[in-house]
Amino acid sequence: MDNNKSWIDQRFPLTKVWNEHLAEYYTPRNFNFWYFFGSLAMLVLVMQIMTGIFLTMHFKPDEANAFASVEYIMRDVNWGWLIRYLHSTGASAFFIVIYLHMFRALLYGSYKAPRELIWILGMVLYIALMAEAFMGYVLPWGQMSYWGAQVIISLFGSVPFIGPDLLVWILGDYAVGDPALNRFFALHVIALPLILVVLVFLHIVALHTVGSNNPDGIEIKENKDKDGIPKDGIPFHPYYSVKDIVGVVVFLMIFSSIVFFAPALNGYFLEHANFIEANPLKTPDHIAPLWYLTPFYSVLRAIPPMFGSQFPGVVGMFAALLILLALPWLDRSKVKSIRYRSWPYKVALGIFVISFIVLGWLGMEPVTPINSLLAKIFTVTYFGFFVLMPWFTSIGKTKEVPARVTE
Amino acid sequence: MLEQEIDLKKRRFLTNATSVVGAVGVGFVAWPFLSTWLPSARAKAAGAPVDVDITKLEPGQLVRVLWRKKPVWIFRRDASTIAALKTLDSELLDPDNQEDQQPVYAKNKHRSIKAEVAVIVGVCTHLGCSPTYRPELGAADLGGDSWKGGFYCPCHGSKFDLAGRVYKGAPAPTNLVIPPHHFVSDSLIRIGVDQKAS
Repeated sequence: MDNNKSWIDQRFPLTKVWNEHLAEYYTPRNFNFWYFFGSLAMLVLVMQIMTGIFLTMHFKPDEANAFASVEYIMRDVNWGWLIRYLHSTGASAFFIVIYLHMFRALLYGSYKAPRELIWILGMVLYIALMAEAFMGYVLPWGQMSYWGAQVIISLFGSVPFIGPDLLVWILGDYAVGDPALNRFFALHVIALPLILVVLVFLHIVALHTVGSNNPDGIEIKENKDKDGIPKDGIPFHPYYSVKDIVGVVVFLMIFSSIVFFAPALNGYFLEHANFIEANPLKTPDHIAPLWYLTPFYSVLRAIPPMFGSQFPGVVGMFAALLILLALPWLDRSKVKSIRYRSWPYKVALGIFVISFIVLGWLGMEPVTPINSLLAKIFTVTYFGFFVLMPWFTSIGKTKEVPARVTE
Repeated sequence: MLEQEIDLKKRRFLTNATSVVGAVGVGFVAWPFLSTWLPSARAKAAGAPVDVDITKLEPGQLVRVLWRKKPVWIFRRDASTIAALKTLDSELLDPDNQEDQQPVYAKNKHRSIKAEVAVIVGVCTHLGCSPTYRPELGAADLGGDSWKGGFYCPCHGSKFDLAGRVYKGAPAPTNLVIPPHHFVSDSLIRIGVDQKAS
C-alpha cells in the first residue's frame, strides 16, 4: 500500500493534495448550522450533473418533440419520473442552499478582506447558476418555458440601438422557437455546467488559500501554536467531513420528502402552466418566473418605462444583481461578524432580508396598484442597503472582538 | 549568451506583435461560431409572408395567424368601435402614432389600411407576452364604464385600445407594432410585404 502511494506521489501530488485540502487543512472549530450549505451546494451540483446526464439520454431538444419527450420520460422510461423530479427539485434546492450560503456570508462578514475574491467568484457562480436554471426551465417546452423565455429574452431587445438585432441573434429566429430551444439545450448541458465546475474549483482554491471565516469573524491563522497549526483550527477531515454528513442526511430527508410527495410544491417548484405544451398564440393568464428569480423580476417591474423604453427597468434588474459584487468595498466596518457589529448594521440587514423576501413574493403575484407600490418601496430599500452601507457600517459602537473563538 | 546582450526592447516588441496577430486570428475564428447563431436559411425561409383570407371574418371577431413565429391579430371593427377610437386620446400615451411602430400607410387614427380591418402584431411592446383580446365594453376588471374594448396583457398589466395604442400608465412604453401588409384583393391580406406606393 505504502509502496503504491509513493509510486503515485512521485508522479502525481496525491498525498500533498489530500493533506493540503483535507487532512491538514485547518478549519475554525466553531462552525455552526450556517456552515453546512457550502458542502450541500456541492452535493446538489453533483446530483444535478448525474440526473442531468441521464435525462439527456431521453430528452429531445426539438420544438416538435421536446414536450412529448419529457412526458415520455415521466411515463414510459423506467424510473424516469424519479430522475426528472430529482433534477427539477434539485434546481430549487440548489437556490435554497445557495441563498442560505450567501446569507451566512452577510451574517459573518465572510466577503470582507482577505476573502473578496471568494465572494466575487461565488457571485459569478450564482449568476451562472441563474442562467443555467433559466435555460433548463425552457427545455420542457411548456407554456411557462415558452413565455418565460419570451419575457426574459425580450429584455435584451430593449438595449438601445442594437437591441432588435441582438434579439434575433440570441434567438436564431424572429421569435422563441426551435433554434432557441436547441441552443439553450447546448448551453444548459455542456457550456454552463463546464463553467460552473471550473468556477466551483476556483472558489474552493481561493477559499483554501485564505482559509475559512467563522461565526466570530476572527482570523484563526493569527494564533498559531509552536508547530504552526492554528490554535482554534481542527483538520477538515475527519472533523468537518463527518459533521457535514449530518447536514447531508437532514437535507436528503427534506429533499426526498418533496421529490416523493410534492414535486411541483404547489406550483412553486414546477408551475402548473408548464404541464401544458407551449403555444405561441396564447400567453397564460398569469406568468411568473420560478421563485428564485422573482426578487430581480420585481425590480424590473417596479421601474417604469422612461423615454419610451423599457431599458431602465432592465438596467435596474441587472444592477440589483451586480451591486452585490461591490459588497466587500461598501462595507467599512472594522469587525466582520454580526456578533460584534453595531446596531445600525443589524437593522439594515434585517430590512434588506425583508426587502428581498417581499420582492420575491411580489414577483410571483399579479400586477395590482398596491403590489406595484410595494415593489417600488422595497426596490428602494433593497438598493438603499447598498448605497447607505458605507455610512451605516461606520457609525454606532461595535463590540470588542475576542482574540480567540468563543465556545 | 550574457545577460547584457539580450535586447529586451526587441523582445517586448515581438511579444506584443505576436499577441496582436494572435488576437486578430482569434477574432476571425470567432466569427463563424458567432454567426451560426444568426437565423439560418431555413429560419429565414420560414419567415416568409403569410396570406389570410378575411371573407368570413365577422365584426368583432379576431383571428390569430403566425408570421415569423409571432402572433398576428386580424379583426374586424364595426362603426361604433371605430367611432370610439377617436374618443380615447386623453387616456393614451401616443394617440397620434409619433413613435415609429407602424408603416406610413397605417399612421392614422385606426392604424390600418382600411378602418374596419385591423392587422396588429400581438406581442406586447413591454416584454413580449401576447395580450388577451377583451372586446367587451365596460369590463369591470379593466376600469368599468371607461373601457371601450381592447387588449390586456396578463403578464404585467399593460392595456391597449382596439387600434393597439397603449394606455397611459402601462408598463409598455409604445403602441403595438403594425406589421408590413397589404390587400392582395378585398378579402385577402398578405402579411410581411409592404403596400406598394400608390
